[in-house]
Amino acid sequence: MDTDIPRTRPRKSATFDDYTLSEIRRAAQTGIYDIRGGGAKRALPHFDDLLFLGASVSRYPLEGYRERCDTAVTLGGRFAEKPIELKIPITIAGMSFGSLSGQAKEALGRGASLAGTSTTTGDGGMTEEERCHSEKLVYQVLPSRYGLNPDDLRRCDAIEIVIGQGAKPGGGGMLLGQKINDRVAEMRTLPQGIDQRSACRHPDWTGPDDLAIKITELREITDWQKPIYVKVGGARPFHDTALAVKSGADVVVLDGMQGGTAATQDVFIEHVGQPTLACIRPAVDALMDLDMHRKVQLVVSGGIRSGADVAKALALGADAVSIGTAALVALGDNDPRWEADYNALGTTAGAYDDWHEGHDPAGISTQDPGLANRLDPELGGRRLANYLNVMTLECQTLARACGKSHVHNLEPEDLVALTVEAAAMARVPLAGTSWVPGLNGQTG
Amino acid sequence: MITVDLADTSLRELNKRLHALPPDTNETAWEVLHPLGQHAIAAGLDVPIELTVRGHAGYYCAGMNKQATVTIDGHCGWGVAENMMSGHVRVKGNASQSAGASGHGGLLVIDGDAAARCGISMKGIDIVVGGDVGHMSAFMGQLGTLVVCGDAGESLGDSLYEARIFVRGDVESLGADCIEKEMKPEHLEALAGLLAAADIDADPGSFRRYGSARKLYNFDVDHADQY
Repeated sequence: MDTDIPRTRPRKSATFDDYTLSEIRRAAQTGIYDIRGGGAKRALPHFDDLLFLGASVSRYPLEGYRERCDTAVTLGGRFAEKPIELKIPITIAGMSFGSLSGQAKEALGRGASLAGTSTTTGDGGMTEEERCHSEKLVYQVLPSRYGLNPDDLRRCDAIEIVIGQGAKPGGGGMLLGQKINDRVAEMRTLPQGIDQRSACRHPDWTGPDDLAIKITELREITDWQKPIYVKVGGARPFHDTALAVKSGADVVVLDGMQGGTAATQDVFIEHVGQPTLACIRPAVDALMDLDMHRKVQLVVSGGIRSGADVAKALALGADAVSIGTAALVALGDNDPRWEADYNALGTTAGAYDDWHEGHDPAGISTQDPGLANRLDPELGGRRLANYLNVMTLECQTLARACGKSHVHNLEPEDLVALTVEAAAMARVPLAGTSWVPGLNGQTG
Repeated sequence: MITVDLADTSLRELNKRLHALPPDTNETAWEVLHPLGQHAIAAGLDVPIELTVRGHAGYYCAGMNKQATVTIDGHCGWGVAENMMSGHVRVKGNASQSAGASGHGGLLVIDGDAAARCGISMKGIDIVVGGDVGHMSAFMGQLGTLVVCGDAGESLGDSLYEARIFVRGDVESLGADCIEKEMKPEHLEALAGLLAAADIDADPGSFRRYGSARKLYNFDVDHADQY
């Protein structure tokens, strides 16, 4: 070989990048698709692509710490005799005991209650830990109906019929055998150690007409006391929201594709559904078309991380947001303090997503008693409350800067977008222009 | 006997009244007139009363029942006794889809036929059907027993967990991971007990038993075609 001839540097394919190659090798070795937890990891148009304009000559701001900027939100006043009153517009999303440890569920309840908001059960039913420590608890009715019973239906504060999740619209759940210990198996009426599948459709209704009857049944069983939420994955937000409203929902929970799951196929997480940012305006359109905006509340979830995300979601028309992944991080998930343990599992802090395997070093997504004891529920609850308080303060800061005395007064006119994609999805002008892509020449 | 006529009483009023009954109520005999296919009649009961619906009921009649004995003197719509926890529900006519869906306990008896997905996701309920059941019955059945005195439609017991199935007539096809199993004396005894409880006259020896092969309990790539 003539070493004097210049050679091009080795070049890896953008199409067949290192991650893709590793996935092909993994699939070839195991014969099964990759299963993981969490939400979409790919880069997506998101709230970071929006900016608030703040006050100017035409709008005056409110004085920080002096002039009130309210954050309270009422969920479920359409039909329920006892709507839920929250101090902050941030709720804790449904996460099951089974996917999470009992300590983690307790910590979520403690933190949410300190901050004045609600938590949500998950597949597998209600545990005493969360009922005792969550002042306001939303009870999910899922397709699997694991652990569903009328007593818990009556002692919850709201009911959430889960039709889909942002991580897997159209998909069911799974909890692998490693996490089906005695208690989880008993709650779900399943043999210990099996791979538990959750159905993707409800067993006793199909379609919006049936859903309306199902909602009526739940209202009858609870004597019309409890708000009834309908949770949908971010697939067809306009029609799903409209149909949920038509079916009689008090609240629509809309989960974009960045929303996490305890476990499902990676191909599902990354390739099905729409980004949260793309879902909000169509859902609000549906509510406005039906004259139900602010009458049926819209709760948005999927990738909410900060008070800025909260404020932007509210400005686009949501009544509240819901957090899952961020709440777990606040408890200690993926914390670098456990880096050695993450390395031993072949990963690193910040990337760990094999929640279904039950070996979570942070003791959150596990049923291993030793690992679960790493999480102090009181301390975890305090951390979550701190985080929720910070998000709320941030949201208020932005709202005051826009001259709003309630965070619900934020509006799309307070926003501009940094990218064409975000401008089109959020239907706000591209920064520095009056151009709102997709509005056919109209301005936003 | 307390009579409530749904021609002049709202469903909400009826259910609220039933829910307000104390555990030791002496108002234990009820009848509901003119149901006219209304949904969620007697849903969410939690008292040991006996209630008869005189006519056809809509969806979710006796849904999530606990303790009560409910008789539907007619046909009923989807999800009769869905998610029942305990008690006894009897349909004297036919039942539509998803009868006894996800029920945790109690006994559901359907004198006539039950449509598709009878006993779907059953979690401990016992269901006795005097006639036939439709396709995908006992789909993902976790616990409890489904007894079919007539025929069963296609894909019976698909993705079955630990629920047991007895069928006297023909089975159009078995679903994934559902197989016929040997009828042992303890099964005959259990079946005889259920038939007696259901007040249905049938010879346990004329039934065949089906259950889970348990091959899909943990993922195996060699069974991928069944997932």
